[in-house]
Amino acid sequence: MENVQCQCGHTNPPGTKLCESCGRSLTEKDQNSKLVDMRYEGTARRSQTYNKSIIDKIWNFFSSVKVGVSIIVILLVAAAIGTILPQQAFVPASTEATIKAYYADTYGSVGRVYHALGFHDLYSSYWFITLVGMLAISLVIASLDRFVPLYKSLKNQRVLRHPSFMDKQRIYGSGAGSEDTLEKAETKLKELKYKVRTDKSGLLAEKGRFSRWGPYVNHIGLIIFLFGVMLRMMPGFYVDESLWLREGETRAIPEVPGYYLENKNFKLETYTGEGEDAKFGEAIDRVGTVVKNYQTDIVLYQEPEASLPGATDNLEVVQEYPIRVNQPLKFDGYAVYQMDYKLNELKAMTFALTNKETEESLGELTIDLINPDELYELETGSTVELLGYYPDFSGFEDGEPQTATPLPNNPGFLVELTTPETPEGETSFITIQNTVEPLGENQYKLTFQNADTRNVSGLTVRKDSTLPILGLGGLIFMIGVAQGMYFNHRRFWIQQKADGTLLLAGHTNKNWFGLKKDLDRVVESAKLPAYTDQQDEIDKKEKAEKEGESSS
Amino acid sequence: MTVKKKKRSYVRAAILLVMAGAIVFTIYNSFAGGKSELLQVGDEAPDFALVDLEGKKHQLSDYQGQGVFVNFWGTWCKPCEKEFPLMENQYQVYKDQGVQILAVNIAQSDYEVRQYAEQRDLTFPIVIDKTKSVMEAYNIRPLPTTLLVNPEGKITKIITGEMSEEDIASYMEEIKPE
Repeated sequence: MENVQCQCGHTNPPGTKLCESCGRSLTEKDQNSKLVDMRYEGTARRSQTYNKSIIDKIWNFFSSVKVGVSIIVILLVAAAIGTILPQQAFVPASTEATIKAYYADTYGSVGRVYHALGFHDLYSSYWFITLVGMLAISLVIASLDRFVPLYKSLKNQRVLRHPSFMDKQRIYGSGAGSEDTLEKAETKLKELKYKVRTDKSGLLAEKGRFSRWGPYVNHIGLIIFLFGVMLRMMPGFYVDESLWLREGETRAIPEVPGYYLENKNFKLETYTGEGEDAKFGEAIDRVGTVVKNYQTDIVLYQEPEASLPGATDNLEVVQEYPIRVNQPLKFDGYAVYQMDYKLNELKAMTFALTNKETEESLGELTIDLINPDELYELETGSTVELLGYYPDFSGFEDGEPQTATPLPNNPGFLVELTTPETPEGETSFITIQNTVEPLGENQYKLTFQNADTRNVSGLTVRKDSTLPILGLGGLIFMIGVAQGMYFNHRRFWIQQKADGTLLLAGHTNKNWFGLKKDLDRVVESAKLPAYTDQQDEIDKKEKAEKEGESSS
Repeated sequence: MTVKKKKRSYVRAAILLVMAGAIVFTIYNSFAGGKSELLQVGDEAPDFALVDLEGKKHQLSDYQGQGVFVNFWGTWCKPCEKEFPLMENQYQVYKDQGVQILAVNIAQSDYEVRQYAEQRDLTFPIVIDKTKSVMEAYNIRPLPTTLLVNPEGKITKIITGEMSEEDIASYMEEIKPE
């Protein structure tokens, strides 16, 4: 492509529609049309001008609005498909293999394809991220390509435009004028808060040019927003972890280095329906129980500086706090929320050592299921020795008792019972409601008396350092929208020819009604020639033609 | 004009490169799951201090100059159970050649761990991570996980899952000081 030479002598970059200097239409199509296309002031989109190297080609691709819109449509469709089957976070499986199997088993081949294409974890799938990134590239390049020429063009506007530019404006008028018309128009326009520039026998009045930057400001906001979303994926910026904490336990907080939480107590309170709660009586009768409060009393610890993981004997108390729903523990940018609970996990079991025949008790012992002792001595001189402890007994393998998890869900004990009567000792394997005597019939047994339980709190640890960035992006986006929507860029060109004829043209990027109202006031005070809205006339003419066709 | 064109080309290439880089970086991070830096081969092994069943403190950095075979385990973990006798065998071979085993139990009771070790005649030090803070620092997910730490204190291998006796022998050979 080559530069375009205008009749006025100005050289325009290739692709220009309206001469940068005088405003004459440069293409045949534009010359023949009744009105000029004022988009981007008739400047050439920068990328259209060059298309040589591979970089220019990529640039040109992303500069296209069609490409940008296509990416948005694809993203929308993908996001819609992502809602058809549940996302992996809501699937009852935790490891990669079980998640994959879940989709295949539950939804058949559809589920298999869904999983293979990454729809099960859409926002983390590489192609979705790539598409969002391409949208960001498109936003940046398309904006740059349009903003730069538009900015230059508006900055270098000439006051005097060629008559062919004037008469192709939507608002146009011409007619005889008096000597002081221009002066009067200038005064009135200034009164209406227009910026007025004059040149020889013409003036350019302009107002609200900044509204033209609205879309670009709005795109900057979007880019900042996307940048914030990108940071979320970086370590340290975004934490969303869950933690099961049992009463009495102290644990390192996941993803929060140096801090520990101890669960002192979990409580679940319900409305009683009496006294102050009487007003809930009806609701309680209807639905059973109504929960008043979920609360975990915690102690937050911090390890001293320069202390090592594992060396937790000198933790420092930071604070004690009751975490309730909507009242998270907040510290150092993190928040710990009450999210879930489990009641009554086994904690300790009390047994009586009894003679199987006489049912006489030789005393009681309590086995702490979290931290059991090896030897229990009873007052009568009898002892119970713990030979093996299997907190979640799941059966025997090669004669060895097995445990499925470290949690005391189904405790099993291998014990040796020694009494004055049986100094040799008797071995017995005890699980809940079941006793096995592997080495022959025993005289004594452990009889279950009662159990202590403890509660488990389900806590969620959150941190989101990207919120201020997302907020800033959103704010800038809104400023851009307001800038573009609620303000208009209005311009009037008035010039007087040597013979005294006045030419008048007006343009706005939106709200033509407001523009005409301004112009009416100027016309009135400065005695300008009457103007017409050429678009209206074209529309009327087309309408009339259509009616003529249909009536004939 | 050609200078201008060249400049334009560079600017465009730079913008495209930066943005493409941001996409790749984001994808990389999303695969890391946004967790705090996962430990990788070649990283300095984070130091820790844990107490064994005899009450003796073991600090990883005290073993500088020796190879350390750090194994995370629990009594409920079946592959751990199979590995232990094999580790014990190889420990007998390599302990005099400057290779140490630290078996880190995940927050179980002293009783369970001691009884488990005695039953299997394990002689290497077994420490208990009572608050799971070492597990957190090392980002341990599946059990067993084994890390090989060379005499310079760098991680040379991270093994998740069960190991054969040959594996264990070759790993110990790998981190043996020269």
